[in-house]
Amino acid sequence: MIVKNSKTLLSVEGLRASINGTEILKGIDLTVKSGEIHAIMGLNGSGKSTLAKVLAGHSAYEITGGTVRFEDKDLLELAPEDRARAGLFLAFQYPIEIPGVANTQFLRLAYNTIQAQRGKDELDPLEFDDFVREKMKLLDMNPDFLDRSVNEGFSGGEKKRNEILQMALLEPKLSILDEMDSGLDIDALKTVANGVNQIANKDNATILVTHYQRLLDYVVPDFVHIIQSGSIVMTGGKELALELETRGYDWVTANKQSIAGAVA
Amino acid sequence: MSETATTDYLDCLLKSWSTKSNQPLSWLNQLRASAIDYVGTQRLPTKGDEEWRFTDISALARLSFQSAQSNTDLQAQDIKHLHLKEAKNSLVFVDGHYSAQLSTIIDSATLEIGNLSEFLLTHAAILESHFGQYAKFDNNVFAALNTAFLRDCALIIVPKNTAIAEPVHLLFIAAQSEVTSYPRCLIIGESGSSVTFVEEYVSLREAAYVTNSVTEISLSANAHARHIRIQRESTQAYHLANCAVSLVHGSNYQSVSISSGAQISRYNLDVQLIDEAAECTIDGLALISDNQLADTHTCIDHIKPNGTSRQQHKCIVNDKAHAVFNGKIIVRPHAQQTNSSQSSRNLLLSKTAQVDTKPQLEIFADDVKCAHGATVGQLDKEEIFYLESRGLSETAARSLLTYAFGAEIINRIPVSSLRQQLEQTVLNQTQDNKL
Ligand SMILES: Nc1ncnc2c1ncn2[C@@H]1O[C@H](COP(=O)(O)OP(=O)(O)OP(=O)(O)O)[C@@H](O)[C@H]1O
Ligand SMILES: [Mg+2]
Repeated sequence: MIVKNSKTLLSVEGLRASINGTEILKGIDLTVKSGEIHAIMGLNGSGKSTLAKVLAGHSAYEITGGTVRFEDKDLLELAPEDRARAGLFLAFQYPIEIPGVANTQFLRLAYNTIQAQRGKDELDPLEFDDFVREKMKLLDMNPDFLDRSVNEGFSGGEKKRNEILQMALLEPKLSILDEMDSGLDIDALKTVANGVNQIANKDNATILVTHYQRLLDYVVPDFVHIIQSGSIVMTGGKELALELETRGYDWVTANKQSIAGAVA
Repeated sequence: MSETATTDYLDCLLKSWSTKSNQPLSWLNQLRASAIDYVGTQRLPTKGDEEWRFTDISALARLSFQSAQSNTDLQAQDIKHLHLKEAKNSLVFVDGHYSAQLSTIIDSATLEIGNLSEFLLTHAAILESHFGQYAKFDNNVFAALNTAFLRDCALIIVPKNTAIAEPVHLLFIAAQSEVTSYPRCLIIGESGSSVTFVEEYVSLREAAYVTNSVTEISLSANAHARHIRIQRESTQAYHLANCAVSLVHGSNYQSVSISSGAQISRYNLDVQLIDEAAECTIDGLALISDNQLADTHTCIDHIKPNGTSRQQHKCIVNDKAHAVFNGKIIVRPHAQQTNSSQSSRNLLLSKTAQVDTKPQLEIFADDVKCAHGATVGQLDKEEIFYLESRGLSETAARSLLTYAFGAEIINRIPVSSLRQQLEQTVLNQTQDNKL
């Protein structure tokens, strides 16, 4: 929701980033205020995941220009764990499998780390078990996933649910959900979208990275951004996703100047 | 090994050897005499010997650690922390000498358990037919030395169709420095029996000494043994160990061995599937740092058809430590329908850590399934980033991932208090890795 006079959570200006000497992000501008839901759409390889990982602090990327502020902090100065502790969360497009670490152990460790940072009480294994089971109900997840190794052998959709479960546990201020809809069947999509909607409130914000308008029927964005070759070329309301669905990316390429100009 | 001049080490030992033993039976004295005869023809292995290519034990030759004498002043209180709460029965040996006072035998009605001097009186015939029959010393100077110098032996006989629920603890404690001890174990599983035993080597303090151990395990038809082997000697010690396992029809041997101690350790495990449909599962973890060297040589010998073997060996190597794994699998011409898999996975935690891993498959039958693979690597950067993005510090992320790597093996130990202890060891040893 767009809240009048709400404070700016994230402010990205002219962000440039390269990997192995190849520039992928070529001047990203993006402002996210609390309460808002943003969608970022774009072709394969346009730089969506790169933007998400750069914001989360992946060390493989070199920042070659621009600034990023997260609330009152210079985000680019922070180590990845400090970004997480400051309230930034990334749901990975390809969540990592960690054989040998029980999911519940991992979730509790992450939860307690963030709690400690916020000066709140940590939970012991028994207390955490009750707490996490409640959150799993929200996502219609089988508690058996607690005892398995983190993401190991989870199906694509199960991994995505486990990401959203972490979001529900950690209660971030800004969540970046990288293709949380890929690999989800329609029922799972509704369940997960419902979970995201329940977590969203006027004090936090969400950035959805997606290829499909369908997700946006369930989690309705306030803004839709289209990214091409590492920069945001068009920004609009939720109708822009529908427009894109019918007209395709060629239309974006042909019209990016005029529309972008009109929006600005 | 050729008949070149014996080194000082062997010379010293040869001079000190005598038959003045308290073992009256002639077969045992004969065995010991032939072992010492064999030692007389040998020298210590060097890096020139194929089997010792990566493991330099030349420092051993400069030590003249004599056989440990019995040390009696150890009290139950001193070793309380070594007690395994799941184990009802435990045999405790101090520097290779049996301590009746520190041992606990509760199950003597269902389980034959005790030490050599006792069993020579009560189980002479069965001892004679098994003792020294599996760990042959005709190609192994350390097994020969153990046979010649052993002071005692831990013995377990699991009677026919008897299942022992609680693990048996065989605890070998090093108490003195600058001595050599010769621990020895013999485990006999009669047909249809089942047992779990923990063979553990520990030291009460940081000291230099040599442990030269031999373990023999014989399983009759459909017998099942779970063997947990823990080597956490002093980091100044030498640990030289041989274990020989003989499996007949339908028997099942499962072992998990963890090596985290010793300056230099060498563990030879030889498993022979001498009859049809035998099965073994062999898991190993070496967890070493500083200047430690841990060498594991295993040989799984499929002699008859329908055997199954599964092996997973892992090493976590930090600082300048060096891990060696040589895993030989033999499938003999008659051993059709053998199903065997082997995996060697190694984690290097510093730029100076080293691993030499070598699978060695010798397959002479055509209708078999054999899979093997080896990897050497560092912690995965994407895994570290994933954990960091959830708020874990880099150090916490690294130690969790390292722990997870080792936990896969540790989790296979069927004794929960031991699992917890070892998990803590991994966490402690991996707190400050450098890559
Ligand atoms: N290590 C690398 N070296 C060179 N180029 C890379 C490297 N990693 C990623 N890229 C390139 O960066 C570009 C952007 O990738 P990114 O993953 O951000 O795309 P995306 O928009 O998320 O695509 P998708 O919709 O397929 O998920 C791609 O062209 C990719 O090939
Ligand atoms: Mg992507």
